[in-house]
Amino acid sequence: MTKVTILQFPGTNCEYDTEYAFKKLGAQTEIVWHKSESIPSDTNLLVVAGGFSYGDYLRSGAIAKFSPVMKAVSEYAQNGGKVLGICNGFQVLTEAGLLPGALKRNDGLHFISKHHHLKVTNNDNIFLENLAQGDVINIPIAHHDGNYFIDSEGLQELHDNNQILLNYTDKDGNLQNPNGSVESIAGVCNKEKNIFGLMPHPERAMELLLGSDDGVKMLEGFLAS
Amino acid sequence: MITAIVNISLKAGVLDSQGKAVHHALDSLHFSGVEDVRVGKQIVLKLNTDNKEEAMKDVTKMCEDILANTVIEDYSIELL
Repeated sequence: MTKVTILQFPGTNCEYDTEYAFKKLGAQTEIVWHKSESIPSDTNLLVVAGGFSYGDYLRSGAIAKFSPVMKAVSEYAQNGGKVLGICNGFQVLTEAGLLPGALKRNDGLHFISKHHHLKVTNNDNIFLENLAQGDVINIPIAHHDGNYFIDSEGLQELHDNNQILLNYTDKDGNLQNPNGSVESIAGVCNKEKNIFGLMPHPERAMELLLGSDDGVKMLEGFLAS
Repeated sequence: MITAIVNISLKAGVLDSQGKAVHHALDSLHFSGVEDVRVGKQIVLKLNTDNKEEAMKDVTKMCEDILANTVIEDYSIELL
């Protein structure tokens, strides 16, 4: 059975939604408190869940990167382990230097909480390979600091290595920009393609009753391979 | 005891949305002489040392490690 380990910092609030989502897909889950200095050795997917770690004090994700568990996260990632950062998890991973770029305050300065369409920009990676390039999916976003920034040199590298995995679009796949992100980027992976961070919340798109179940196919992909 | 004042702001070239909003508000209040506004943050540290060189070295490391995100932010340090 696939084992999903979910990190919990003080202020994390999406760990139980994430657990619900992966359990629904048949995975075994374990929530690990940030004070732990190791992560379970049978972990197939490590998730840094969303929320407001350390109250977003100083900068979103800035203090969480020094939690004891983060050393184990770096080691797990360096050994090729699959790491997923959702929302605040994405912010933590960029702050920790495990993903390129940074997440700034939304251009409109408001907290944005709504469903948004996303386009699969690159699927030649272990995360999105069961979605087609150009697929448009409907996934909620909920963030204050989701404005992805990277300098022009870094952006070129992202393009060269197909590291831009998701862009914000309308329902027809035309680029849209809810928060000011460079090139409407919603999710990127590292060069080695084993670490993926995204601002949208696929774990909140698991039930049609709640607006969309497009998260199911995405999360299934995270469990595969 | 040395007091270190760290000023952190978004790098030139990184859009400062808060600065822009404040600039807009100032315009609405008819403060027309403002060319640009940048909003940053100030962190004041009281250090348990009298050695300025050591203090500067320590605070620089603090800025690089945690106080600033050098992907998007610049920092300056003043020792009092």
